[in-house]
Amino acid sequence: MLTVRQTRLAWLLVLPTLLVVAFVAGYPLAQVFYYSFHRADISFVEPTEFVGLKNYIFLLQDPDFRGALWNTLRFTVVSVFLETVLGLAIALVIHSNFKGRGIVRAAILIPWAIPTVVSAKMWQWMLNDIYGVINVILVNTGLIANKIAFLANPNTILWSIVAVDVWKTTPFMALLLLAGLQLIPSDIYEAADIDGASKWQQFWTLTLPLLTPALVVALIFRTLDALRVFDVIFVMVGVNTATRSLAIYNRQTLIDFQDLGYGSAISVAILVIIFIFVFLYMRVAGRGVRGED
Amino acid sequence: MKKWLASVLALALVWGGLALAQGVTIRVAGDSTAVGEGGRWMKAKAEEWAQKTGNRIEYIDSPADTNDRLALYQQYWAARSADVDVYMIDVIWPGIVAPHAADLKQFFSEAELAQFFPRIVENNTIRGKLTSIPFFTDAGLLYYRTDLLQKYGYSKPPATWTELEQMAERIQAGERQAGNRDFWGFVWQGKAYEGLTCDALEWIFSMGGGRIIEPDGRITINNPQAIAALNMVRGWVGKISPPGVTSYAEEEARNAFQSGNAAFMRNWPYAYSLGQSEGSAVRGKIGVTVLPRGAGTGGRNAATLGGWQLMVSTYSRNQRVAADLVKYLTSVEVQKDNAVNLSRLPTRPALYNDPQVLAKNPWFRDLLPVFQNAVGRPSGVAGARYNQVSEAFWTGVHEAITGRKPAAQAVRDIEAALRRILR
Repeated sequence: MLTVRQTRLAWLLVLPTLLVVAFVAGYPLAQVFYYSFHRADISFVEPTEFVGLKNYIFLLQDPDFRGALWNTLRFTVVSVFLETVLGLAIALVIHSNFKGRGIVRAAILIPWAIPTVVSAKMWQWMLNDIYGVINVILVNTGLIANKIAFLANPNTILWSIVAVDVWKTTPFMALLLLAGLQLIPSDIYEAADIDGASKWQQFWTLTLPLLTPALVVALIFRTLDALRVFDVIFVMVGVNTATRSLAIYNRQTLIDFQDLGYGSAISVAILVIIFIFVFLYMRVAGRGVRGED
Repeated sequence: MKKWLASVLALALVWGGLALAQGVTIRVAGDSTAVGEGGRWMKAKAEEWAQKTGNRIEYIDSPADTNDRLALYQQYWAARSADVDVYMIDVIWPGIVAPHAADLKQFFSEAELAQFFPRIVENNTIRGKLTSIPFFTDAGLLYYRTDLLQKYGYSKPPATWTELEQMAERIQAGERQAGNRDFWGFVWQGKAYEGLTCDALEWIFSMGGGRIIEPDGRITINNPQAIAALNMVRGWVGKISPPGVTSYAEEEARNAFQSGNAAFMRNWPYAYSLGQSEGSAVRGKIGVTVLPRGAGTGGRNAATLGGWQLMVSTYSRNQRVAADLVKYLTSVEVQKDNAVNLSRLPTRPALYNDPQVLAKNPWFRDLLPVFQNAVGRPSGVAGARYNQVSEAFWTGVHEAITGRKPAAQAVRDIEAALRRILR
């Protein structure tokens, strides 16, 4: 049992942290909510007029917002799925024992270590329709007859960007899953071997269930990141509606259109969407853990 | 009493003289040093002024993209920052910057202002306030390869879009047969950004389809000529223009043209001196002319008005000195240097008769009427809402030329979006 003095001491000890959090997270968040109920211009900052829910009502009817939401969801679901599958495969490989494992582990992290702005620009050049190396390789090996304008064609543009994101972020996923794999004790595999379970059975009945906590953490990280995607898309194609994400639309409204009020309403909407995803993951993860008992 | 006034005046003069002699630091947010030569040139010219007047200058580099530049400057303005004294601003910004600009009528006399293109001075004047002085102007131009036109038996550049299509198609087929598989007929700016608004305004206006929003505020984009213009351009993509053209900005187009991979290019005047510079694959083979006109009675030549202005911040503590720098940078001498060395268009009509300017840019003389009659984007009528208007327009155009929407639906959607924005 905590005494009153202990409780007081505990509060005193966490107080600095609470103050910092209130200052760097709480205050800006409150400001965003405040602005979302006002009409305001970014180059004057002070709100001019209280408009109630008008910004939110506009948001629900805004086709540009719906388009950006749809792009973001497609981007998130496909890229996170691919990153998870590939990341798991890579993690299993570098978890096993083989010569030169240290070098492979380090090498695999390189795409993740390059700043996104740099790698996005690099891929933009490599995907160029005339001088891009990818088109040159594809044409020279006879895989395609005519060069493809990956970043101009509405059918390939979003998937090109997803590919770049997968290239960049799979190592991160692999790293998180590798950490999870290393927590699984090796003796249970020995026991499974003795019981005659195949490697495939071991993966489905031992590795995957025991990896679930790490997998859920990794999925939450990646999903939240993907829902806020900005840099890779902005650098590669700018504000094209075929790929415009929620974060890009948000910036465009706030900065390019100087609309601080509506921009803040979009920020709040993004927050709500992210909350929904976190809630769903927690539910699923909770069920998963209980299922093991 | 008089004596007292005189001594105060004398003191003020001495004080003012001292302040001038000691010099102040003027901070200039100018052209990006990453694109072309403009940034480095502007920095050198500002330093020249500092040397002459005993002041100091600090050059603030800026992003290459006009929208990113505005985003950066808006942060200074929102903070009422005195950290930047002089800004170089786009011709479409006066409506947005007006509250933050010092009225330059205080520092420029009527006679001085009369030496600039009146249309640009008018464009820069918002509700009686002269927000900025025209620094250099821009207009969309048609670049062509003189050697290829000759090779395929054409004596002059195309006058209409149809002619351009035919010539581009023939030259492209011929050059590909001769071994250059990556050769294209016509390159331009098709990326979804401000540049597409400029290009598309030219297509539509040249076919008699109006100027998106007329100066009197009528939204006119939804008309058969505008639809025809967008269908025409949709037909170019993949035929005479590379499929990737809908992701090209100015520099991508220039790269294709300057490396010898295109017969025609739509671009701004800056590309001329770069194309004629050492190391360019098309040096000495470039011609410049007015963009083609549309067929039919409504058809006319069109060039979108671009260009940059110099503004003094109303938050600056040294507005008078800053205005002196603006005066220097927009002077006959500096503008002439800009025209001779960077082929950028002066904002003083008198310089279009200057022998040195014409020796370097012979096409200036013939195109003077084009520059004088360049079509303005609807920034005056849209005011602070211009960026939203332009984004709605370029989005619809981009959807039409990439085939995501039929042109007729695209212009209907643009019209609806503009009504919503300007309501």
